[in-house]
Amino acid sequence: MAAAPKKSVAKEAGQDTASSSAGSPPEFTKEQELKALREMLLIRRFEEKAGQLYGMGAIGGFCHLYIGQEAVVVGMQMALKQGDQVITGYRDHGHMLACGMEANGVMAELTGRRGGYSKGKGGSMHMFSMEKNFYGGHGIVGAQVSLGTGLAFANRYRGNDFVSVAYFGDGAANQGQVYESFNMAELWKLPVIYVIENNRYAMGTSVSRASAQQDFSKRGASFNIPGKQVDGMDVRAVKAAADEAVAWCRAGKGPFILEMQTYRYRGHSMSDPAKYRTREEVEKVRHDQDPIEQVRNRLLKAGVSEQDLKAVDAEVREIVNASADFAQHDPEPDVSELYTDIYR
Amino acid sequence: MPIQVLMPALSPTMEKGNLAKWLKKEGETIKSGDVIAEIETDKATMEVEATDEGTLGKILIPEGTADVAVNTPIATILSDGESAADLAKAPAPAAPKQEAAPAAEAKSETKAEAPAAAPAAPAAVAAPDPEIPAGTEMVTQTIREALRDAMAEEMRRDGDVFIMGEEVAEYQGAYKITQGLLQEFGARRVIDTPITEHGFAGVGVGAAMTGLKPIVEFMTFNFAMQAIDQIINSAAKTLYMSGGQMGCSIVFRGPNGAAARVAAQHSQDYAAWYSQIPGLKVIAPYSAADYKGLLKAAIRDPNPVIFLENEVLYGHSGEVPVGDFVVPIGKARVARSGKDVTIVSWAMGMSYALKAADELAKEGIEAEVVDLRTIRPMDTETIIASVKKTGRAVTVEEGWQQSGVGAEVAARIMEHAFDYLDAPVARVSGKDVPMPYAANLEKLALPSVAEVVAAAKAVAYR
Repeated sequence: MAAAPKKSVAKEAGQDTASSSAGSPPEFTKEQELKALREMLLIRRFEEKAGQLYGMGAIGGFCHLYIGQEAVVVGMQMALKQGDQVITGYRDHGHMLACGMEANGVMAELTGRRGGYSKGKGGSMHMFSMEKNFYGGHGIVGAQVSLGTGLAFANRYRGNDFVSVAYFGDGAANQGQVYESFNMAELWKLPVIYVIENNRYAMGTSVSRASAQQDFSKRGASFNIPGKQVDGMDVRAVKAAADEAVAWCRAGKGPFILEMQTYRYRGHSMSDPAKYRTREEVEKVRHDQDPIEQVRNRLLKAGVSEQDLKAVDAEVREIVNASADFAQHDPEPDVSELYTDIYR
Repeated sequence: MPIQVLMPALSPTMEKGNLAKWLKKEGETIKSGDVIAEIETDKATMEVEATDEGTLGKILIPEGTADVAVNTPIATILSDGESAADLAKAPAPAAPKQEAAPAAEAKSETKAEAPAAAPAAPAAVAAPDPEIPAGTEMVTQTIREALRDAMAEEMRRDGDVFIMGEEVAEYQGAYKITQGLLQEFGARRVIDTPITEHGFAGVGVGAAMTGLKPIVEFMTFNFAMQAIDQIINSAAKTLYMSGGQMGCSIVFRGPNGAAARVAAQHSQDYAAWYSQIPGLKVIAPYSAADYKGLLKAAIRDPNPVIFLENEVLYGHSGEVPVGDFVVPIGKARVARSGKDVTIVSWAMGMSYALKAADELAKEGIEAEVVDLRTIRPMDTETIIASVKKTGRAVTVEEGWQQSGVGAEVAARIMEHAFDYLDAPVARVSGKDVPMPYAANLEKLALPSVAEVVAAAKAVAYR
């Protein structure tokens, strides 16, 4: 039984809890709005293209699209600085693009080609970039939470002020190692932001069917970790919450939990028909709260021309189309790569 | 009749201890619960409480005596109405070993196992290592000390090396392997974790991904079952999944396999499990020198390494080279030369193999004993060279037979030396049962010297 609440995500975000952000988030400058728009559009167009390529058989295996959730990673990234680390689960294409990884390398990894970030040996769920401090790309639900805590541990060990951001979903939030990590992170005051991307479904199971405590910002309460519910469809709200969490962590106060209330428009993976929710539910979120439309509308209201916005979309489409082209023409890895990178 | 107080066994693997101090004098009255003596084990100093009331009649083992075997009478207690004259009535000191529980109980903060007559563990006798140049200065050390020194030396050498695990810091190690490390390196680098194997294994791997070099101690590898996802899916596979970009220099170490009388959930050998995984290196040493040299190599290795120790061996001593002694990973060692049959073993299995070789020699069969030391990568070359010489092979392991390391060794011999074999390879292993608790059944479940001897004779058609 799909017992998904029919209320809007934004309404959920506005729930009157002590931990939720009250009122409207601080305004973005025009430059910030344009940057957010471009980053979110890049992710959306990239994911749409990945979906197409999957349908054509160019991408195999599992492919989890991030469409609908773009504001979360873009807003978070706007609060980070060079050297901060990012780690996530398997719905990771958006995170990689937001970290500044090249669309070509990501798309070529999806098609299993030698120009992919992992030389074609990792695939959709396993990409990394030492250069961009992106630590994957992990296929075991919840594993990235302990690993991300370890990244924060390394920051504390080295005595720097970098922050680690560990993303996971409402489903992963029920894994045991998440709480083992919470305990150590608070005990040792590790600079880690736990970003729970609550998109309301763990594969096909709605939050209400899987979670005794549905307010994920409270999941750190028994470890004294502060948490906040955030409208994850509004990039400004995400950025504001991220600023607060980053400041907390950099000041050495320990971990911080951000529950991002968001929504994925597509199925869990490409092979998921998403029968557990109604078409109307998806359409309503798309119509009322789309993170990209929100920014577009604000920019139009602020006097930016439709023409200028179309130019942003065109620029992004060009990058994505080029990446699709590259990813389909780049050769597969040399057969000798079968036996490389097992040991170093 | 006067009651004898026997030397108590204060841990599952304790065979002997030092009588550090008597807290009661002869003639003093003793009430049940009084602390009468302090005993030093290789792990800790423990108090011995009286369980009987009376007068301390005679101290049989003076304080300061070292290496007093478990179950040796250390004192007699006179009951009411008895006098020193009754002491003669006490049984002779050569009391039957397993009769009558000792009249004293150990008391410690954590472990207070009932005194157990642990089966006599074999001594770690290792032949001189041909890799150690003649004239190298040697020191006699317990394996416990060799492990500690290996870690301390590597931590002095490289500031990125740190150790984390349960009780590694303030408690000085559940098995006292990390003794003194907190004092030398401080709480930043010697880190007590909560009891949270899955979580701290992940934290260690995450830290390693940034270039730090953690040593993650599991109190035993049985508990690492909770962490095996992080070990295999995160530590072992990331280098490959990242196309060589991101690796993981990390050592997972701790006691593995059967200890003594700790039953099914604390007695499993994981060598075969981890040895299946590409991306991991798996080390299981036997000699004290190898324990030190291979742990140092493991810490320096840029890959994830599983370092399997044996609790029974911790207290055993051997010759260890002084100074920066590093043993290469992936090299087996011919521990004993012979021409008639090859015995391939590693870790605790070596004790059976070496004893069996002694027995076989008495019957005119010269066994060559190969100590694998590293399970993955396996030194096939050394095994094959030996089998080509002897034409016969026996594998010895405490782990289970199905899909075991011995099965792998046998398959490699079949693949690379089939035409040299004069008999099928024989496997001696732990029996195909969960480890039983009862002393007699436990003994049966483990390999024995007699089984190794019988297997060697069978393949030699003798």
